[in-house]
Amino acid sequence: MDTTGTLFLPPSGSTISGEVDFQFYFIYAASIFFFAVVTFASLLFVVRYRRRGEPTRSDAPTHNTLLEIVWTAIPTVLIVIVFVMGFRTYLKMHVVPGDAMEIKVTAQKWFWSFDYPEGASAVNELVVPVNQPVKLLMSSQDVIHSFFVPNFRVKMDVLPNRYSVTWFEATQTGEFDLFCTEYCGKGHAEMIGKVKVVSESEYNNWVEAGAGPAEGEGLADYGRRLYVSKACNTCHSIDGSGNVGPSFLQKFGAEEALADGSFITVDENYLRESILNPQAKIVAGYDPVMPTYQGLLKDREVDALIEFIKSLKDGQ
Amino acid sequence: MSTLEKAIADTNYLKDPPGIKNWLFTLDHKRIGVLYLYGIMASFLLGGIFAMLLRLELLSPDQVIVDADTYNQFFTLHGAVMIFLFIIPSIPAALGNFVLPLMIGAKDVAFPRLNLASWYIYVAGAIICLYSIVAGGADTGWTFYTPYSTQTSTAVISLTFGAFVLGFSSIFTGINFIATIHKLRAPGMSWFKMPLMVWALYATSIIQVMATPVLGITLVLLIVERAFGIGIFDPAMGGDPVLYQHFFWFYSHPAVYIMILPAMGIISELISTFSHKKIFGYKMIAFSSLGIAFVSFLVWGHHMFVSGQSELAAMVFSFLTFFVGIPSGIKVFNWVATMYKGSIELKTPMLYALSFLFLFTIGGFTGIVLGSLAVDVHLHDTYFIVAHFHYVMMGGTVMAFLGGLHYWWPKMWGRMYSEFWAKISLALIFIGFNATFFTQFIMGSQGMPRRYATYVDTYHRLHAFSTYGSWVLGLGFVVMAVYLIHSLFKGSKAPANPWRSLTMEWETTSPPITHNFDRPMVLEHGPYDYDVIDPKRRLEDHKREVSK
Ligand code: HEC
Ligand SMILES: [Cu+2]
Repeated sequence: MDTTGTLFLPPSGSTISGEVDFQFYFIYAASIFFFAVVTFASLLFVVRYRRRGEPTRSDAPTHNTLLEIVWTAIPTVLIVIVFVMGFRTYLKMHVVPGDAMEIKVTAQKWFWSFDYPEGASAVNELVVPVNQPVKLLMSSQDVIHSFFVPNFRVKMDVLPNRYSVTWFEATQTGEFDLFCTEYCGKGHAEMIGKVKVVSESEYNNWVEAGAGPAEGEGLADYGRRLYVSKACNTCHSIDGSGNVGPSFLQKFGAEEALADGSFITVDENYLRESILNPQAKIVAGYDPVMPTYQGLLKDREVDALIEFIKSLKDGQ
Repeated sequence: MSTLEKAIADTNYLKDPPGIKNWLFTLDHKRIGVLYLYGIMASFLLGGIFAMLLRLELLSPDQVIVDADTYNQFFTLHGAVMIFLFIIPSIPAALGNFVLPLMIGAKDVAFPRLNLASWYIYVAGAIICLYSIVAGGADTGWTFYTPYSTQTSTAVISLTFGAFVLGFSSIFTGINFIATIHKLRAPGMSWFKMPLMVWALYATSIIQVMATPVLGITLVLLIVERAFGIGIFDPAMGGDPVLYQHFFWFYSHPAVYIMILPAMGIISELISTFSHKKIFGYKMIAFSSLGIAFVSFLVWGHHMFVSGQSELAAMVFSFLTFFVGIPSGIKVFNWVATMYKGSIELKTPMLYALSFLFLFTIGGFTGIVLGSLAVDVHLHDTYFIVAHFHYVMMGGTVMAFLGGLHYWWPKMWGRMYSEFWAKISLALIFIGFNATFFTQFIMGSQGMPRRYATYVDTYHRLHAFSTYGSWVLGLGFVVMAVYLIHSLFKGSKAPANPWRSLTMEWETTSPPITHNFDRPMVLEHGPYDYDVIDPKRRLEDHKREVSK
């Protein structure tokens, strides 16, 4: 199994990559061959038949049926081979093995969330066991996104009005990039997650623990981790700089102007409401684009995030 | 200068009738072609500036010059301007308008007024499109995918409405050319005596007339949805976003052939002329144009292999896609065979044709890679696609357009450009182009998604290299602008037939007189009869006859 990748293709990490890579390089090799023929012939003719002085008249034939049939037939045969190979692998990509575990994938501007059959959930980090087929049942909350893991050679659009399905079986443990490949607006380039492939026992531990604070970790520190792992950081800064949403710096206790013209003092309840029901009160000057985290965050996690926001009193 | 030559010089179309008003209300296809040329060159400059800014932003992984919102507007405008304002009208409307009647020995196109109208519609459409820049810019990509395009707060309506208006200009030009080719050929010019450029324009016009209305309808539906909240494509209002993709690509795939077919026509002219040899497999080339035009209507689904369409649909689309590849391949072999035992002169237009062969072949082969279902799943919406269509559109169409521009430049302006600087510029463009875009194949198949304002570090070196390439490419175009403009004023006088070509446009003066020819044209020999005719001798005979 190749783990370093080649000039054109990244290291392969799933059961399907081998077939895809083979076809890529098969077409590549055939193309190089024909390309070399065309280029070599052109250059040869240019050198050999270069005009010197007056143009000469040529006695070369102006068509040749046999030649024309040959150079139509050979590529046709090759192309049929390429087509059949491609279609068979494509079918494999679409037929989910019976023993696959199912994970629900939700895409929204601009992050991914994953729900596990055991009840665990995660944002922007898809943890899966190695050597186990994984079926992804995907849908979008807003516009079209697309789920792409280069190392696995899988890609599937994620649509707002229907479920789409894809699957993969990882063959390597490790971390792999997960990109959104359907343009979805301002944060498109940051809609990047990770696929973490772990051993089966590690996976079981992870699912059991749910995601909780580590041993001896303070609530605010745990909140800081959630701020990244739940993708708050794609829209909110913590250093006062502007972004899609307001910065969290010195937020707690501040007097806030709302879009409806009223004012509010930021306290725990307001923060909780802003996270779980963001459309209830809109901050003046911002678009109401924050997704609701109802159902995505446990109580404990909301507490931790609030604690974290409270801790951001001065630049840090 | 003999009195005759002097008289001709004063009655050429550039001077007769004089004055800006006569230019703006001209019905002369040559002048309209030149007006189009101004329009598309300005668009190319604008689109090119956006391209350079995009590449600059991608020089390093994080923000370099603009934020994500601005970047998104830049790539939208780059795409929309280059496709709707530059490449679609480039060969048919600008060069085609100029050369088509000349090539078939006609005085003008069939409907000169409609022709002028289509130029004004083009200008109006362009202004509406560009208005979106002042109106806050659009950030949907040139594909306007729903539901993003229905939901974004940017100026999508003006950009799509502009594209809608431009469509009419394209349809009118198509209708005009079809009628012209059917009705106005010189006596004796049967279908199989037409230059291949004319065949290519004919096939292109058919696509323009048949496919563009679908784009128009699609864009109107999009506007209706945005403006009146009627759910067609946006699921939030009960519509279906994938329906939009079907509509959009039903036009936009054939549109790819609106861009490449006329380019192929030019290449046939260039290779035959500069090899001084009859084109190899004339009928095959002519029919393959029509074949491509036909099949191009049946492959739109290959843009949607990962959109969730059924496996059966994907299979059919993949299969048909490969069969567009075959006629294109045949043309390439025919061109190479034309050079065999020719008498090849490496003037700038011929060098452009050779560059086309090289780059278009790469574009074509990578198209086969993408046509394969399994491989496309990996490559879809990555930089591999970006590289592929730049090899086809820029390496193919733009190279052919530039080849054609240089080839007909003496005819258009009556001046020769500097062969030396033209070659320098071509070398820069060729090197810069490959440096910019070949790198993008590699980063794409390595997984770099397209339309990313920032990116992960893995792709840094490739992106940086691509950006350096774009500077060389840009420099090449600057050089070209300088020597071409210089040639308008200082270029040496062009003879009537500098390339010793056998097609009819070379039988009139350079630049042509207002009514194109000084006599009714009758076809006396095929367009590529280099095996029997020596064009230089013919022209001298003809001059002697006239001065008698
Ligand atoms: C898609 C971008 C986005 C994401 C992701 C996001 N937010 Fe927001 N958020 C916003 C926007 C925009 C506003 C301002 C408009 C509003 O009040 O709804 C906002 C407002 C808030 C407010 C109120 C701020 C104030 O100044 O009153 C809080 C608190 C908040 N978000 C917390 C969070 C937390 C915690 C997360 C992660 C669990 C998060 N947000 C994720 C966009 C986002
Ligand atoms: Cu996305």
